[in-house]
Amino acid sequence: MTYLDRALSHVAALDDLARRETPLTRLDPRAKVIVTFAFLVTVASFGRHQVSQPLPLLVYLAAAMAFGDIPWRVVLARLAIASPFAILVGMWNPIFEAQLVQLGPWTIAAGWLSLVSILERFSLALMIVLLLLATTGMDAVAAALGRLGMPRVLVTQVLLLHRYGFVLGAEISRMMRAHLLRAAGRAPELSTARSMLGGLFLRSIARAERVHEAMLCRGFDGVVRRRSRMHLGARDALFVCGSTGFFALVRLVDLPRLLEPVFS
Amino acid sequence: MSHHIVSMQGVHFVYADGHPALNGVDFTIHHGEAVGIVGANGAGKSTLLLHLVGLLLATEGMVRVGDCPVTPKTLVEIRRHVGFVFQDPNDQLFMPTVAEDVAFGPLNQHLPEAEVDRRVKAALDCVGIAHLADRAPHRLSGGERRAAAIATVLALDPDILLLDEPSSALDPASRRRLIGWLSSFTHTRIIATHDLDLVLEVCPRTIVLQGGKVIADGVTEELLADRGLLEGAGLELPLRMQGWTPGR
Repeated sequence: MTYLDRALSHVAALDDLARRETPLTRLDPRAKVIVTFAFLVTVASFGRHQVSQPLPLLVYLAAAMAFGDIPWRVVLARLAIASPFAILVGMWNPIFEAQLVQLGPWTIAAGWLSLVSILERFSLALMIVLLLLATTGMDAVAAALGRLGMPRVLVTQVLLLHRYGFVLGAEISRMMRAHLLRAAGRAPELSTARSMLGGLFLRSIARAERVHEAMLCRGFDGVVRRRSRMHLGARDALFVCGSTGFFALVRLVDLPRLLEPVFS
Repeated sequence: MSHHIVSMQGVHFVYADGHPALNGVDFTIHHGEAVGIVGANGAGKSTLLLHLVGLLLATEGMVRVGDCPVTPKTLVEIRRHVGFVFQDPNDQLFMPTVAEDVAFGPLNQHLPEAEVDRRVKAALDCVGIAHLADRAPHRLSGGERRAAAIATVLALDPDILLLDEPSSALDPASRRRLIGWLSSFTHTRIIATHDLDLVLEVCPRTIVLQGGKVIADGVTEELLADRGLLEGAGLELPLRMQGWTPGR
């Protein structure tokens, strides 16, 4: 199995999780999208040296994952794959942000705090998005975004990208395998890679034309129509109000500091 | 559309690169007929089908579906009556789930939601994949994908079914199921294929194409038994007619 095959199976696994019956999967996708957006705004609004204050959001995530019956390893495995990007972004902070700050009994460079803050916020943001996908599914997320006002053309693009990402991925995988079998284990040379990419591009255009033709044959007039399967109810309203209220509380009140005497 | 005659009269088509694909094709297919279009690679089978649904327009000649000539102005009407099953189901299944894909056509016909639901259920039941309604198309097997592609077209309630290489890449059991469905349909069926055994079972009539021309049009059992005709067209006798027995 190539790296690409594994990546595609990771995406497919999230869709499989979203098809199960759990308290979270039963919620209206729009409610989950709104809560995810509120969570992301809350996470992004913290200062770069506020490391402890966002921690209660982790408790929220843990509770949500329990309700959604999402295994931790699913989220942590994907977090591990993506974390090098965050590390790359923050790794120079301890050097460039050298002023000293007091952290309990220790004196450290402020850059260490901002590095930890970046990793913390990155992890929280990625986890909530993974949670959304694993309890809703990409197609329902796209539909919810459409119902919440996202332009239809973008919704269609998201849907088609998700659908044909798998087809394109499988095509690249087959190409790489065919190359591997005749290349004695060598990576593709630049000229070979260039012609492989060119071929892939041309094949993608040809497929796009055929897909468009198939859509035209079934009456496509520029608008992708879908059956409405969304119903906002009291449970969804409670979920949105409860979650956003908790996020506001975490943002406005430093709960870890407030609770420190309780645990000390 | 009062009757579902499909006809081509003197149809020529030249691709943009100058390659002539159809060179004066003539035939008339009547309501309820099942017709096999056979020929070697490049004979013009797929090009011919694309003309019948207006995805290609004749350079010269006339294509008619029912009472309508196929022109840019009649495409919406034509496509309401003609269902086209593409060779690669991946081209046909573009929505996130099978049920949504099947609903795509009826929704574009602005049918009420209850009628869309009814058609989706009926189409999925017809090809025996109701249990796959909520599955993503890319997670289906080749046979299931083909069934879903046919269901997307059946949901449009077409009068005429066009199928391009419907049995390609199917395992024997899936192919057998496909032959069962195609035989049971009462639509006018036009099937472009290399699978001559499928044509023998499903289509009483066959049109043989060579170099973009009709070189034979007649009763399937007679044409597909004509070794000289078939070999001249780059084909061979169907396996069933080759007299092959195990051990020989």
